[in-house]
Amino acid sequence: MGVEFLLNGETVRVEGEAPTRTLLDWLRDMRGLKGTKEGCNEGDCGACTVMVTDARGSRAVNACILFLPQLHGKAVRTVEGISGPGGQMHPVQTAMVEHHGSQCGFCTPGFVVSMAVAHKNGRTDFDDQLAGNLCRCTGYAPIIRAAEAVVDAPVPDWMAEDLAALKAAESDVAIPRNSDALATWYAAHPDAVLVGGATDVGLWVTKRLDDLKEVAFLSGVEDLKDIEITGDSIRIGACASVTDAMQALAPLHPDFAEMLRRYGSVQVRNAATIGGNIANGSPIGDSPPALIALGATLHLRKGDTRRELPIEDFFIDYGKQDRAKGEFVEAVTIPRQPDRLKCYKISKRFDQDISALCGCFSIRIDAGKVAEARIAFGGMAGIPKRAAAAEAALTGQPWTRETVEAAMTSMNRDFTPMTDMRASADYRMASARNLLLRYFLENQGESTRVLEVTS
Amino acid sequence: MTVAKPLPHDAAPLHVTGQARYVDDIPVPANCLHLAFGLSTIAHGDITTCDLDPVRAAPGVVAVLTADDLPFANDVSPSIHDEPLLAIGTVHYVGQPIFLVVAETHLAARKAARLGKIAYSEKTPLLTIEEALKANSRFEDGPIVWSKGDAAAALKAAKNRLQGSLTMGGQEHFYLEGQAALALPQEGGDMLVHSSTQHPTEIQHKVAEAIGAPMNAVRVEIRRMGGGFGGKESQGNALAVGCAVAARLTGRPCKMRYDRDDDMVITGKRHDFRIDYDVGYDDEGRIAGVEFRQFARCGWALDLSIPVADRAMLHSDNAYNLPAARIESHRLKTNTQSATAYRGFGGPQGMLGIERVLDHIAHAVGRDPYDVRRANFYADAAPATATEPVSQALDEGRGVPANASADLTSLGTPEAVGHAAPPPKGTQTTPYHMAVEDFILNDLCDKLEKTADYRARRKAVAAWNARNAVLKKGIALTPVKFGISFTLTHLNQAGALVHVYQDGSIHMNHGGTEMGQGLFQKVAQVAATSFGVDLTSVKITATDTAKVPNTSATAASSGSDLNGMAVKAACDTISDRIADFLGERYQTRDVRFADNKVQVGGETLTFTEAVKLAYENRVSLSSTGFYKTPKIEWNRIAGKGRPFYYFAYGAAVTECVIDTLTGENRILRTDILHDCGTSLNPAIDIGQIEGGYVQGAGWLTTEELVWDGKGRLTTHAPSTYKIPACSDRPDIFNVALYDGRNREDTIYRSKAVGEPPFMLGISALMALSDAIAACGESYPSLDAPATAERILTTLGRVQA
Repeated sequence: MGVEFLLNGETVRVEGEAPTRTLLDWLRDMRGLKGTKEGCNEGDCGACTVMVTDARGSRAVNACILFLPQLHGKAVRTVEGISGPGGQMHPVQTAMVEHHGSQCGFCTPGFVVSMAVAHKNGRTDFDDQLAGNLCRCTGYAPIIRAAEAVVDAPVPDWMAEDLAALKAAESDVAIPRNSDALATWYAAHPDAVLVGGATDVGLWVTKRLDDLKEVAFLSGVEDLKDIEITGDSIRIGACASVTDAMQALAPLHPDFAEMLRRYGSVQVRNAATIGGNIANGSPIGDSPPALIALGATLHLRKGDTRRELPIEDFFIDYGKQDRAKGEFVEAVTIPRQPDRLKCYKISKRFDQDISALCGCFSIRIDAGKVAEARIAFGGMAGIPKRAAAAEAALTGQPWTRETVEAAMTSMNRDFTPMTDMRASADYRMASARNLLLRYFLENQGESTRVLEVTS
Repeated sequence: MTVAKPLPHDAAPLHVTGQARYVDDIPVPANCLHLAFGLSTIAHGDITTCDLDPVRAAPGVVAVLTADDLPFANDVSPSIHDEPLLAIGTVHYVGQPIFLVVAETHLAARKAARLGKIAYSEKTPLLTIEEALKANSRFEDGPIVWSKGDAAAALKAAKNRLQGSLTMGGQEHFYLEGQAALALPQEGGDMLVHSSTQHPTEIQHKVAEAIGAPMNAVRVEIRRMGGGFGGKESQGNALAVGCAVAARLTGRPCKMRYDRDDDMVITGKRHDFRIDYDVGYDDEGRIAGVEFRQFARCGWALDLSIPVADRAMLHSDNAYNLPAARIESHRLKTNTQSATAYRGFGGPQGMLGIERVLDHIAHAVGRDPYDVRRANFYADAAPATATEPVSQALDEGRGVPANASADLTSLGTPEAVGHAAPPPKGTQTTPYHMAVEDFILNDLCDKLEKTADYRARRKAVAAWNARNAVLKKGIALTPVKFGISFTLTHLNQAGALVHVYQDGSIHMNHGGTEMGQGLFQKVAQVAATSFGVDLTSVKITATDTAKVPNTSATAASSGSDLNGMAVKAACDTISDRIADFLGERYQTRDVRFADNKVQVGGETLTFTEAVKLAYENRVSLSSTGFYKTPKIEWNRIAGKGRPFYYFAYGAAVTECVIDTLTGENRILRTDILHDCGTSLNPAIDIGQIEGGYVQGAGWLTTEELVWDGKGRLTTHAPSTYKIPACSDRPDIFNVALYDGRNREDTIYRSKAVGEPPFMLGISALMALSDAIAACGESYPSLDAPATAERILTTLGRVQA
């Protein structure tokens, strides 16, 4: 394997590593860069956060579930490179010292990188920017004080990346440059694993200890990263990151974007792709229920053959999707519509937590009656699934609490949820029903969201 | 004068630049081997066959060890030798190490460790408190009972009486740095061990036993941990011993670090508890008598469960003067991870029991729970008298003591330990008959109540709730009184080693370990103050069993109390020698160390000049220091004595909101006033308070450990076990230090701060209970952790 990228401003070419070697292991074992820490090895703690820069900008990502080929042609900056070439501290580093933002110090490099990226990008929504960095010592307050203290400090010049320094280096790893190349390669290697952001596949390697045989990395498929918004539709390329999707959706379906704000963390959203979130068929992926509620269409491609289907039909059963060998998700299209969508993600923790259940509702009221109801849940079945009985109980009925309560009861017929470490079956069912009531009450002007309450 | 300054953590510049070195960051020789354990997949049973050939055949594997291959002690228990490094015939929990893989790489070891083919004859595991009780599976012969007065009679005579039960979950430490150790074999069979541990002497002890060597053949070093919280008091033993045994066998350096999932599956956590209570009280809510039955789930091995369960009993009064009390404690043995030390060490569990009782009584009598709490508080101590010793006062520099030949290395124990007289009649005492002489919570809460605007906000919460049908707010003010000292009295000792070099630079070492709490910086501030020099002159060095022997764990919040005193004793010995020498040379008794200078009568020398002069005149510039805590004595069987030197205090007001449709909830605002005595470093202390509160609130809200019916921990990674994230801290978070000084003669009159603030998080659970109580008539009896699910279930009960 040969890949090339900038590491703390210097060009490196990596040879002889397995394509599933993680950046974290390589940094620590081969480069002696020990500042980047392993806290969980699954992308949930942020101690391994690094900055990755490409033509689309600079982003924080987790190095523990980032494979080296994903960096090909990009620039990566570790905590060691957040300091200047002469060892000068970055303003966030100075602020973290002055505001007592470190105690045991183990999470600190990850925080520093996340803060430096936020600083570079002019982001001041620190609770979100740092949701993917866990700290067990400080209670976060001093870290936020540090972040706020340097909002106006200039970005040090060494934070710029000279991507032009990378020659258009070739790689022997499968890193297709566009969707046609991907289609050709995948048709020829239909048993291969396609790696989008590796926020899921990464764990197959770091936790399940899988040896992946054939792999292609989608990090270079630029045309599938685009999000096109026309008068008729929103077309999200499969390789668009959740971050990009969130930004595009915010003005059109703000509650979808608000739900995605709580999807993973900044680091995870920066890596994860919408296509991956759909294609892996997880029953607890958060974007499918919203897409189902919006009546989205999924676009699949195999070689030169394309087909499309309503996204809910893609999910057949637990672990089973309507996808042929060698076929891949190319895009998802949401029809333009007045925004009626509400997304309710229920989890033990608000940020960076996998949903116990996620209910998405789009209900059209016409002359006091329910004209159309699209309700979909994650976490309530083996697949993301519509609440058909509840929808039927609503449709054509007056938009009243009585109607809603009848529909809540009929949800029994839609789902037989399971009990696991996230929630019991009873809780899932009770709160799923109540989420429909929440939609109604919210529609009536009642305040229902604890995240919007202040002291 | 650096003591009491809010200086940053000494290693902060290293932390933020990634240069701070943890065990896994230490460069290792090229031939270093890596270790992983093969784990039990069942909760209880006998091993019938153990085929490890596939493990041995795996790529990169150098050796595979089982219990039969261990040459000496097969034990990593910190208490009663009941915890083999590798299972002997029987397994007792899912995750118990059975065999040890030694391989060329970390990944090769992890992969091979999964290839063992082990068959078991399964036994029915005991997983819950109820199952263990039914089977009478316990440590010690029966429950421990302590009492004060006649609780049964008090209950019978009381005007009102109620009973209840509370369950509270355990807690995963989730130190960000997982367990890690590195053993480097030395000549002649000696062993150097780097271990991420709060207790280097224990590591030294267990490694020595495991390699059949005396303790002097083993040196253990730890510069810093990436968090400990009690989880590295005994849980690092297995890794260090495994590495040392493998290093002895192979002659090669051996390193082991747990992958996070392994760490969470193998290591012990906070004890979960059930507490049953029966309380009698008057119409104002004043307690006449209370009976507690505490049930601790200790897991499969004893570990530190006895002192943990004792401390739960010791905190079952918290801030309340209980006229009569009976506390019965059951230490139950189950087929789960062996529960271990965790910040508060049982104190939080015991304290939550009495806080629940107060909340329950308040609901029954229809009063503000805060008023009921206040009605039961101990009385505040009279202001400190002028006769108290002032030797630790915050004076600039210091003169030569009147008795310059005093042996400062034995500073601190004028009173004999072990024969304290019982408190005189009429003294307010705890249920374990210790006089409460330093109580300040009445004054502290008066102040907090005002700064937090508690009374007005309680009214505002009620008004808000009247306007909102779906969302409800709650508010609570809860106090903390936490006992400071190891309850095993002999552990209350510490040593230090200080060198002053001829260039005036100072090398400081002590037995405490740094896990982020800022101990090293506080103690360095003590050293710099002793010599009247800048902090930059003091080099903080790694904890090392070869420098200071026979150390106690850095635990029980005792780090700066014990080690600060020990370092001060060492520094004072050296500065006294310098002062004696200079005094004689310049014929003066007035020698002062301040501002990097030494004033000798009318002369001024720089500190460096003074040191150089002393060196040239053959004055010893190196000293040990020693300290043992005075006044304490304790009989744990009788439940009588003075287990604590003093108490640390604090209180918190938390306001929260819940969603009655889903149980989702959030902390909106927290106000804390906390007592650190005269703080050695207010910035570090505030950091402990903020962090402790959030960790305590996490324990009681989102942090839920779930075992399935087969005893498998299903929440074994941060994807499923949810510690507080950034946005979970209170939106408004006001933390202040109570302005006071320790009545006892502690280091510069400061107070310990590591554990006490953790229990301020109890106010979050009580605020949630308050919000639920706003939704119906009956008492919520909210258990912990109060996840969204538990809140919704509790709401269902309250609204029924």
